[in-house]
Amino acid sequence: MIKIFNLTLFVIFFSITKANSLIEIDITRGNLDPLPIAVSPLFQDVISNKSSISEIKIENIGSEISSVVENNLKTSGLFNPLSKDAFLQKPDIAHLKPRFEDWALIKAQALITGKVTIENKKLKVEFRLWDILAGREMMALAFTTVPSNWRRVGHIISDKVYERLTGEKGYFDTRIIYVSEEGPKTARVKKLAIMDQDGFNTKYLTLGNELVLTPRFNPTSQMVTYLSYFKNLPRVYLLDIETGTQEVVGDFPGMTFAPRFSPDGKKIIMSFAKDGNSDIYTMDLENRIVERITNHPSIDTSPSYSPDSKYITFNSDRSGFQQIYIMKSDGSNVKRISFGKGLYGTPVWSPRGDLIAFTKLHKGKFYIGVMRIDGSGERLLTENYYQEAPSWSPNGRVLIFYRETKSNDKGEGFSAKLWSIDLTGYNERQVQTETDASDPSWSSLLSN
Amino acid sequence: MNFGKSFRNTFLVILLSLIVSACATKTTTPKVEGQMQGDVYTGTDTVKYLADGVPDRVFFATNESILTTKSRDTLRKQANWLRENSNINVVVEGHADERGTREYNLALGERRANAAKDYLITYGISADRISVISYGKERPVDSGSNPLSWSKNRRSVTVKAN
Repeated sequence: MIKIFNLTLFVIFFSITKANSLIEIDITRGNLDPLPIAVSPLFQDVISNKSSISEIKIENIGSEISSVVENNLKTSGLFNPLSKDAFLQKPDIAHLKPRFEDWALIKAQALITGKVTIENKKLKVEFRLWDILAGREMMALAFTTVPSNWRRVGHIISDKVYERLTGEKGYFDTRIIYVSEEGPKTARVKKLAIMDQDGFNTKYLTLGNELVLTPRFNPTSQMVTYLSYFKNLPRVYLLDIETGTQEVVGDFPGMTFAPRFSPDGKKIIMSFAKDGNSDIYTMDLENRIVERITNHPSIDTSPSYSPDSKYITFNSDRSGFQQIYIMKSDGSNVKRISFGKGLYGTPVWSPRGDLIAFTKLHKGKFYIGVMRIDGSGERLLTENYYQEAPSWSPNGRVLIFYRETKSNDKGEGFSAKLWSIDLTGYNERQVQTETDASDPSWSSLLSN
Repeated sequence: MNFGKSFRNTFLVILLSLIVSACATKTTTPKVEGQMQGDVYTGTDTVKYLADGVPDRVFFATNESILTTKSRDTLRKQANWLRENSNINVVVEGHADERGTREYNLALGERRANAAKDYLITYGISADRISVISYGKERPVDSGSNPLSWSKNRRSVTVKAN
């Protein structure tokens, strides 16, 4: 059906300078002082220009790739890409050997240069990262791929630069799966949609004939689990986004919902509702064995595994109201961890393991926050009229969630949009989507 | 049985006094207050009828699935109607308002629908004639973002299935 991942990507590392550099970014604090970086347009010769136009209808793929890189670095909030108008050196010359004084003059601390060639329907991209203060090369890489993959090349370069300068893995060569929304509130049409992390290459995976909710990526493959009201039977489904194959998960005599994958991608954990009671179950995707994890007359839902799979955090109203709990993955040792004022929902374990992100409702306001896994150190990152369902970037650095606006009495003025915020509470920004959007889920890095 | 009868009688008295008070408040207080008791919707704006005098829906307080006196009355009417029309099966749809997280609201809608279903069963309707479905907050009837709109959306609706 929909073929997205038909690419092969060859990466050739030709040198990574291990010497200590003078520049680095401290990302444990906020990012109040983003690093000034110059992203020189990747140089492309005249012959490649011609094949670029004939292959992918883009005149200068080199400067397009550098725009992708620039945009990624800027939206991370950790970098301040400088205006190209101020650049003194031509891209091809700078790529061979930058005149560091020229770049220091415009206050750049790092410089990205590169070169693009298109030959025999192959796109070859090389780039270098330069430390302006130390006056030396920090990294050099080359990629060969098909020309239509040029945006991914930009994302991979961004990840390499991010990793080299922050010491942490990047999150740019990733996708977001979400629910696209259209139409009035009382008859909303919802479709599964997938896009690159920066909002490009949107594809719709369902037609909108049935209600779909809460898609989540498998952390290890191109599979997605979600809730569909196909034939008016709300059930958890599994979707292979490469082949388009769908199947219902398990054989439950009632609603299954709130699905998520285990960290190894081999199990789905979800809620099953029967006779007014929701409990948590898992299904092994290999042998199809279903296990009941909680057994309590309250609502138990929104389960999420710890990265080592030893624990599960979930949402329960067994205390009388929605609160966050953790338990061992066999369902034993249930312990409430949220004790602040208000209601707590949608706990999600950070891929780093140390934090749980959540939605909090208090005095008519909704908050996205994080707490340590014992419930201590609660920090609220953002407050709004309505927002929920945080999902972690694969490096545990950024949260994406959705936010709805208040409607007037006629229902006008309603919108649903994706937003992201840094773990520190800085850099809150809207994530562009073609339509209204909700229930975002962040994929793992596509290349490692 | 006796208990049921006296219960029903008490109920009638309460219902009558409610009607009276509703009439009384209608003239003296703004419309919005007359349509809610606590935060449970008591109006009829959105209500449809399965048959003459048989309302199709009942309303709930925030985060609650407890049936109010009025809801129980409505459901007894539905039970009577279902008894008289033994060929009809129904789906009870459970709904929540927009002020809650999506997944919890799916569970809450299911709990509300089952509260209504259980009451119908208590009044003699066979469980296999009643199926339930939760829509959580996905299918509001009123798209406003205010307490009255939300109260209309916290509901379970009995719908003919055949």
